[in-house]
Amino acid sequence: MPVFEPAAWPEAPAPKELNLKSMNETTTSGKLLLELKEVSKTFVKDGAEFRVLEGVNLRIDEGEFVCILGPTGCGKSVTLQIVAGLLEQSSGSVILDGKEEYGPGPHKGMVFQEYALLPWRNVIENVEIGLELKGVSKKERRRIAQEYLDIVGLKGSEESMVHEISGGMRQRAAIARALANHPKILLMDEPFEALDALTKEEMQIQILKAWEKTKTTIFFVTHDVDEAIFLSDKICVMDINPGRVKKIIENRLPRPRHEKVCRTDVEFGELRDQIIQLYSSLKDDELDLVF
Amino acid sequence: MANQNGGNAAGFQGKLLDRVFYVTGVLLFLAVWQAASSFKLFGADFSESFSPVAAFSALLEMIQSGELVHHAIPSIRRVLTSLSLAVVVALPVGVLVGYFKRVEQLTYVAFQFMRMISPLAWMPIAIIMFGVGDVSVTFLLWLVAIWPLILNTSHGAGRVSPLWVNMSRTMGAKDVGILRKVIIPAAVPDMLTGLRLAVGVSWIILVPAEMLGVPDGLGYFILDTRDRFRYDQLMATIMVIGAIGYLLDSANRWLIKKFAWKL
Repeated sequence: MPVFEPAAWPEAPAPKELNLKSMNETTTSGKLLLELKEVSKTFVKDGAEFRVLEGVNLRIDEGEFVCILGPTGCGKSVTLQIVAGLLEQSSGSVILDGKEEYGPGPHKGMVFQEYALLPWRNVIENVEIGLELKGVSKKERRRIAQEYLDIVGLKGSEESMVHEISGGMRQRAAIARALANHPKILLMDEPFEALDALTKEEMQIQILKAWEKTKTTIFFVTHDVDEAIFLSDKICVMDINPGRVKKIIENRLPRPRHEKVCRTDVEFGELRDQIIQLYSSLKDDELDLVF
Repeated sequence: MANQNGGNAAGFQGKLLDRVFYVTGVLLFLAVWQAASSFKLFGADFSESFSPVAAFSALLEMIQSGELVHHAIPSIRRVLTSLSLAVVVALPVGVLVGYFKRVEQLTYVAFQFMRMISPLAWMPIAIIMFGVGDVSVTFLLWLVAIWPLILNTSHGAGRVSPLWVNMSRTMGAKDVGILRKVIIPAAVPDMLTGLRLAVGVSWIILVPAEMLGVPDGLGYFILDTRDRFRYDQLMATIMVIGAIGYLLDSANRWLIKKFAWKL
């Protein structure tokens, strides 16, 4: 991995496909939180090399909700796992809050598609695990866990076991668990994909409410175009073969979205068309986006 | 237990019916036993002193004289001692074997080889090492109990979802945290299954092991009753061995029900 020189970054010229005009002033402070700089990833399988990610550049400001969108094989999940520290990039660097990142940690909350709740713990004990690992006292971690369970709308299910609750409730618990660590950034890897359509919409509203309440920066992976438009301030549209950033689209639809935005709005449709246009060169079998 | 034909009917009546079947099974068992001794089904030597009636009266007599307690306590003590020592060794070893592929490869052949050897085959070696007596018996029981514990624990630790491990790392867990918060609790159901198997096989091996020169215990007492031609006491002792084994297994089933998590 290249040696990181702190002094060089803030002034470094932005890659040309990035649009760095000041963004959604109403929701972000404009302070750079996360920067991906020429991040590439190559997997080696049976002696052959696969380039899954090539030169990804991305900047996320504090408090922003950024979606990374693309079909299977565009490396969007790989990008997220590199940021999370669960995968190591082949080259390039990840800079969070001015410091180069290595490995996972509680300052980068991760929400997995498969929830990853521990089945031998009840809901509130699952939410407490990060605080437990940090050595927070039992009374204090109960209080904090309860606070976040309330935020995600799980009041009353604290003592339920994981196998007793629905997928939507499980994912709420997993979000509360990640938030309870007060992460600088919340990383979400297609978190609502395993849910039915109605629950999915409900969860999208829920995550926006939690985001507004906690002001946490969110980096969200999805292959659902509408989901990306409904949630984000900024959409990082990915291309495949190899995975790379195709375009970064600013999304200025008004907030709060669940009150002011409807999927049938003209502006919503325009954004959707803009994204579909970007994928017009792909063959049908390469494209598994949801519109 | 539920089954396809009839099974557990709902409610109080159903439960009562279940009980009736359990009890009927026991009565049938006693009836076959009584018939076998009354009609001398296993030969002329099997006299009335082998019958359940004789066995129960001998049992009462043994309880009153204190003989039963005198022999049952050392047996239970030996099994529990050897099980505790087996748990202390086998659980950490099992976690290491299950979690680290290299440790598994290092130990696989040796463990599979060792577990197939009847512990009684080690008896002469046990006696050379520890002499005749308690220690040798405990050692043999320990040797039989560790294999199910090691193999089941390693199975449990080996199939821990990588997702849980990754999750705990993003929660700030390092190696010790991953071990304490994920791998060990994840392996608990398999540890308990291992314990149940270990208890079962230890209790079975106990009887022959106690025939190897200890002055008390249920195994010893079996030989003692034979030498005194007290076949009623012999049958009573066999019943006690079965009953204690059944209770030990029930305790294990309770542990599994209480502490094994469900997906």
